[in-house]
Amino acid sequence: MLRFVVRRLALMVPVLVGLSILLFVWIRALPGEPARSMLGQRATPEAIERINNLYGFNDPVLQQYFTYVGRLIRGDFGESTRNGDPVVSTFFDQFPATIELSFAALLFAIVLGIPLGYWAGRRVGGWLDNVIVSTSLLGVVTPVFFLAILLKLVFAEYLDWFPTSRRSDARIEATHITNFYVLDGLITREWDAAWDAIVHLILPGIALGTIPLAIIVRITRAAVADVMGEDYVRTAYSKGLDPAIIRNRHVMRNALLPVVTTIGLQTGLLLSGAVLTESVFEIGGIGRYLFEAISQRDYPVLQAYILFIALIFSIVNLLVDVSYGVIDPRVRVS
Amino acid sequence: MTMAPPLMSPSDPMLGVDPEHGTSLWRGAWRRLRRNPVAILGALLVLAFVLIAVFASALAPYAANSREWASEVTLTSVPGPREGNLLGIDRYGSDLYSQLLYGARQSLIIGVVSTLLGLVVGAMLGILAGGLGAKVDMVVMRIVDILLSIPSLLLAVSIVAVLGQNRYAVMIAIASAQVPVFARLLRGTMLSQARSDYVLAATSLGLRRRTIVMGHVLPNSLGPTIVQATLNLSTAVIEVAALSFLGLGESDPAVAEWGRMLVAAQDRFASSPQLALWPGLAIAVSALGFTLLGEALREALDPKGRR
Repeated sequence: MLRFVVRRLALMVPVLVGLSILLFVWIRALPGEPARSMLGQRATPEAIERINNLYGFNDPVLQQYFTYVGRLIRGDFGESTRNGDPVVSTFFDQFPATIELSFAALLFAIVLGIPLGYWAGRRVGGWLDNVIVSTSLLGVVTPVFFLAILLKLVFAEYLDWFPTSRRSDARIEATHITNFYVLDGLITREWDAAWDAIVHLILPGIALGTIPLAIIVRITRAAVADVMGEDYVRTAYSKGLDPAIIRNRHVMRNALLPVVTTIGLQTGLLLSGAVLTESVFEIGGIGRYLFEAISQRDYPVLQAYILFIALIFSIVNLLVDVSYGVIDPRVRVS
Repeated sequence: MTMAPPLMSPSDPMLGVDPEHGTSLWRGAWRRLRRNPVAILGALLVLAFVLIAVFASALAPYAANSREWASEVTLTSVPGPREGNLLGIDRYGSDLYSQLLYGARQSLIIGVVSTLLGLVVGAMLGILAGGLGAKVDMVVMRIVDILLSIPSLLLAVSIVAVLGQNRYAVMIAIASAQVPVFARLLRGTMLSQARSDYVLAATSLGLRRRTIVMGHVLPNSLGPTIVQATLNLSTAVIEVAALSFLGLGESDPAVAEWGRMLVAAQDRFASSPQLALWPGLAIAVSALGFTLLGEALREALDPKGRR
């Protein structure tokens, strides 16, 4: 198991190195100089020169790259060229919002998706199966941002059941330790703040979670339908085993493998969707910040954020691979 | 498609196949597709989408972006459906129904071109990886891994940032998110085909590698890729709208585009929800058409599903 994890970790290295080169080249290919966009109207040639020297934009490209990698290794991701804030600290301020949102969405998708997929897959072709499959198809084709707008319109504006935007109610006093608002509320025992944060997550979570939900339902359904046809399931039924045991031990355990893979594959989709959801619900996560960074050519922010996101992405994929080993002993051996 | 001449004719008694019933994969798939109501519904939706996009200017009652009724749009209200304006007026005073029809054009052109581009580049990478041996495979797949490690929307945004805001940038952006998907898929199917007996037969006949890869393995591996392309058309239509929604799409304001119509509707949707509803439905329905068609195609081509 350990060797398996180590080998997978080693495979991540060339990907990350390649990514850092790609990012470095890409940032340099962006139109517009950072110095010019930092100085705006007041850009005199001298001022541009000073900024370029200060940030090392004048060094040979290769030297810039190695300086950059050296700093990455030391965990120094530089400062935003817009306001001088250290990129790492801004990232950790905003990232919790995006993670919290993605987590809420995934929770919604998994808690609802696996049972629905199970019921659909138990009787393929039955009425319940047809209803679940057609509904999930609608879930796949509805754009995240459209669903977000629709939910906000109906449940926040017309019915007024939920707040329309942001992460918390400004009137509630809350202490923020980790910047995961729900977690903060629980740690500090400010129950009203925790509840408020949860209420703010419901609509965005549903909007973001619908596509993953639809995908999880379909994959679970297919996997369960496959396993239900296996001899060992028939044997288990015919020897009179408790149906609950058959469901948990025989069917679900074997059907989970493709489901776990799919959940892992949703990470990219969630991050992309989070950007759109954040913009509809005005949540101050990494999505909005990235767009500002792009429009203002904030090189350090762009590089670091994309690298962080790719890193998280790779770690999630690693976790998915490792969870294979936990679920399916056969993977551990090979 | 170039197939090697069969060593035995299909009616050869040795094969035990009745020529009346022995059909090729594609002909069989076509027969199953024609009988599948899901496929027919999908095809009709796609056909309607294409026809609307092509004949938008003939079908639309008013010119694109006419802003004829701009004076009737106030801060609090936008005229709804009425005689002469089937769905009412849009946020800027043009006929909403006409704008929707013109919007189809944008989604279709960008969606189709970007998927084709993604397919061609992805397929080339896939053929390189799947057909030229382990070393090339290793290099190509690491490149694909890197592309896959960036979330698709972020990749698209990065590309639009470099190439500037125009429809070509959007096409390349959406295509590049699709390249790794096609490359992986085609490589996978080609590698599994490479172990087939017919490849062994072709190799022992002394055929050149290029002939085997291009003439034998590739045609037999195309099925899943074509299914994926159909499904990707649906994603592409949504992504075109997503990029405009984020303000990164087509920059010419005179071009009607569903995603941008949704953005414009956002600050009015408490009073005029129809402004958001119609473009949203248009995106969803056209995406649904491609998804249904793709799913039906997958079922039709799946050997397990054949009866």
